[in-house]
Amino acid sequence: MHEKNHQRCLPRINQPRRRFLQGLAAGGLVMGIAPRSATAGQKTHRELMSGRTVPVLSGTEFELTLEETPVNFTGSPGIATTVNGSLPAPTLRWREGDEITIRVTNRLPAMSSIHWHGIILPYDMDGVPGISFDGIASGESFTHRFTVNQSGTYWYHAHTLHEQTGLYGGIIIDPVKTDPVEADRDYIVVLSDWTDEDPLTVLKKLKKQSDYYNFNLPTALDFFQDVSTEGLGSAISKRRMWNRMRMNPTDLADVSGYTYTYLMNGRTPKGDWRARFNPGERVRLRFINAGTQTFFDVRVPGLSLSVVQTDGQNVTPVTVDEFRMGPGETYDVVVTPTQEAYTIFAQSSDRTGYARGTLSSQDGMTAPVPALDRPEWLTMTDMMGTMSTMEKNPMSGMGHMMHEGMAMETSPVKVHHASTEFGPSVDARVDTPRTNLDDPGMGLRNNGRRVLTYADLHTLGGSIDRRTPEREMEIHLTGNMERYTWSLDGLELGKAAPVHFRKAERLRVIMHNDTMMIHPMHLHGMWSDLETPDGQFLVRKHTISVQPAQRVAFSVTVDAPGYWAWHCHLLYHMAAGMFRVVVVA
Amino acid sequence: MNRLKRNAIRAVQFPLKIILIVTTLLTLSMAEAAERQHAHKQTMPAQANLQNGQDHQEMSGMMMRTMDGNLSGTGSGDPFAYADGYRYATIPRRPVEADEMNFSKLQADKFEASRSNGAATFAYDLQGWFGRDYDRWVIKAEGDVESGTLKDARTELLWGHAITSFWDTQLGLRNDGGIEKSRNWLTFGLKGLAPYWFDIEATAYVRDAGHTALRLDASYDLLITQKLILQPRLEANWYGKTDEARSLGSGLSNLTTGLRLRYEIRREIAPYIGAEWGQQFGGTAGFARRSGLDVSESRAVAGVRWWF
Repeated sequence: MHEKNHQRCLPRINQPRRRFLQGLAAGGLVMGIAPRSATAGQKTHRELMSGRTVPVLSGTEFELTLEETPVNFTGSPGIATTVNGSLPAPTLRWREGDEITIRVTNRLPAMSSIHWHGIILPYDMDGVPGISFDGIASGESFTHRFTVNQSGTYWYHAHTLHEQTGLYGGIIIDPVKTDPVEADRDYIVVLSDWTDEDPLTVLKKLKKQSDYYNFNLPTALDFFQDVSTEGLGSAISKRRMWNRMRMNPTDLADVSGYTYTYLMNGRTPKGDWRARFNPGERVRLRFINAGTQTFFDVRVPGLSLSVVQTDGQNVTPVTVDEFRMGPGETYDVVVTPTQEAYTIFAQSSDRTGYARGTLSSQDGMTAPVPALDRPEWLTMTDMMGTMSTMEKNPMSGMGHMMHEGMAMETSPVKVHHASTEFGPSVDARVDTPRTNLDDPGMGLRNNGRRVLTYADLHTLGGSIDRRTPEREMEIHLTGNMERYTWSLDGLELGKAAPVHFRKAERLRVIMHNDTMMIHPMHLHGMWSDLETPDGQFLVRKHTISVQPAQRVAFSVTVDAPGYWAWHCHLLYHMAAGMFRVVVVA
Repeated sequence: MNRLKRNAIRAVQFPLKIILIVTTLLTLSMAEAAERQHAHKQTMPAQANLQNGQDHQEMSGMMMRTMDGNLSGTGSGDPFAYADGYRYATIPRRPVEADEMNFSKLQADKFEASRSNGAATFAYDLQGWFGRDYDRWVIKAEGDVESGTLKDARTELLWGHAITSFWDTQLGLRNDGGIEKSRNWLTFGLKGLAPYWFDIEATAYVRDAGHTALRLDASYDLLITQKLILQPRLEANWYGKTDEARSLGSGLSNLTTGLRLRYEIRREIAPYIGAEWGQQFGGTAGFARRSGLDVSESRAVAGVRWWF
């Protein structure tokens, strides 16, 4: 073991809190986003709230400084991790084909880094501490230099717990050729989740009590309500399986609105991020989910969303009312607003809060903010895939929980669990996974709106590499919610070994989700070509959200030598060890 | 001669009892594993039938299409099959995450005052742990303080090791203190979450001269609302032999049931009120009677459950 080269990625990040709070007391508080030099006071708040937009930096040379900045999103002062004093970090605007030089200077008290999410580049420029390099120590700088060979919407973020404290921003890469997406206005919409708590404290709480942030647990009152509406038998059978298996049907998100304030471009819902349009204009909204632990369900009531791009890759436009995005994913949509104002509404998948902004043709106009949807219980489909539809299944009493909308024409597959899945690190294994991609997922099924699914996405131009994969690899997404441990094949990062992708091969990777949570799986350095259950190319992505009890496959053209990260993009799952080092050689 | 015989019987009984206790606990722990294995096997025929039903036609399931017959370890059960021999030692660096960090928690399930027969008592039941996800130090401390004197105390220092999804073994030492003679025990315990969310601790103890003990502790959190929680709790103690110095008879010694209603102001802080009923049995009850003490007792309690 090369102990000296091991990179601890979870330092306590707010060591100088005391000093900073004293600084705050002397200098007053700032609202929303503001550089440290900003003057404080209510007037400044309003100015910042109404006028400030996220700065855009363009060109080929960039200077980014990571620093601590006082913020106040919740009514109590907090310390954010910012880039050039901004949260979200400045939007970087690059041009396809350019060589880019970015000097990142770390003025934080702890090691940090910036990872260029979705950018294809040499591994040592990828910004992952412990894999690409040793991270950027406090007071040090690191220069990232690479040529941009792609276009579209991407983002960048710290590959440490600083991602939770604000270190994330958008990247727009303009194509050399004409952009197939025509728009009169173009806005980046960074969604994120803010907490006043130290991220390490959040992780510690989850380790001590994994449902710490869940205030939607099944209660006795719910039970009696069900008894009166559905009858005793139904109320009991609805709970029997969950209780027997010690699984929680409301485990929709590990971290909730209890601690999170959901942000849109660094604005709280009250802060109302605003974008202008003239009626009839085509407005491009580039959504980036920079949330660390939050799936956002996004819609703009009154407008159809034409989805034109995901993860920087143009897709055949598809019109929907709503889409779900996992942390790490990006979706570009085009809307054509004609009225005075619309609400951009992004509710968390557990329905404990939302990020919100306004599209308006005039200053000061707002549209009604929709109510949060009611949180739904996970279904048997989420718990055990196609098993839930089987006639002779021992849990047939739960049949009514099966969602009517779920088409189950998918064939069962022969599932092999690694030996390490039969131990304390795993609380469930799915033997009858579902493979269909046309399920919008828990809480979005049959909600009366047209919700995007992966089956709707088709990358323009199809696959770049049409070779048939010569090798298959099967990785299981695993965990134990009660212990709050997250792993792959039942092994956390520290117990695992690197995964070898053989250079120049076309590899098919099967991801099999044995857990009851959605995991946005992000492979660095190479594209993940998502495939249909029968192996047809669907969409090129960098982050693939795998639903509970689902089994999906993607193919990779293994053309990027070096060492890469591959992990769940839920920050606390990655931090818990749902993470692998990939060796390409 | 008689005494020799008695000692000989004791000498035989002692290991027998230990074997019995350990076997019982092991059986309990294995039962769950077996159940899981069984459930796993049960699903297999269903799958096989369905696959046969498809008559090996072009299955739409992705794994049905073998590529070149080389599934490279898929199904081998070997989690290192995709490493191709790479290990962390053979690559330049690797990240270290929370699975290699220590965490800790200290929790007071009981931290309460009570009044029975006019005497005020303070009772505590603390559990703490420090370590990794699956291996950690565990400390347990339970006791009663009456009029400023530690009347009765049980303190354990254990090594906890996760053996199944929901169960840990706990091995270590126990000390019984208080006003009566101190005792030290070796501990072998199981702690976990049983189906239907019952928190269970079942522990066996041995000490010198063939003394054995068993202890069962079970509780359940009934959520009335998200923050108002009713916790029934049951504790029972058995002893293999009479211990006069501590006024304990052999057999089932005592049973305590409690009902506590707490309100979680935060997850970490929950004031509660409740009631506890204690009953002594057998020889232990006999000792109590001889000392003029009640063999059954009910008391109202008020306290704060906390953890950090």
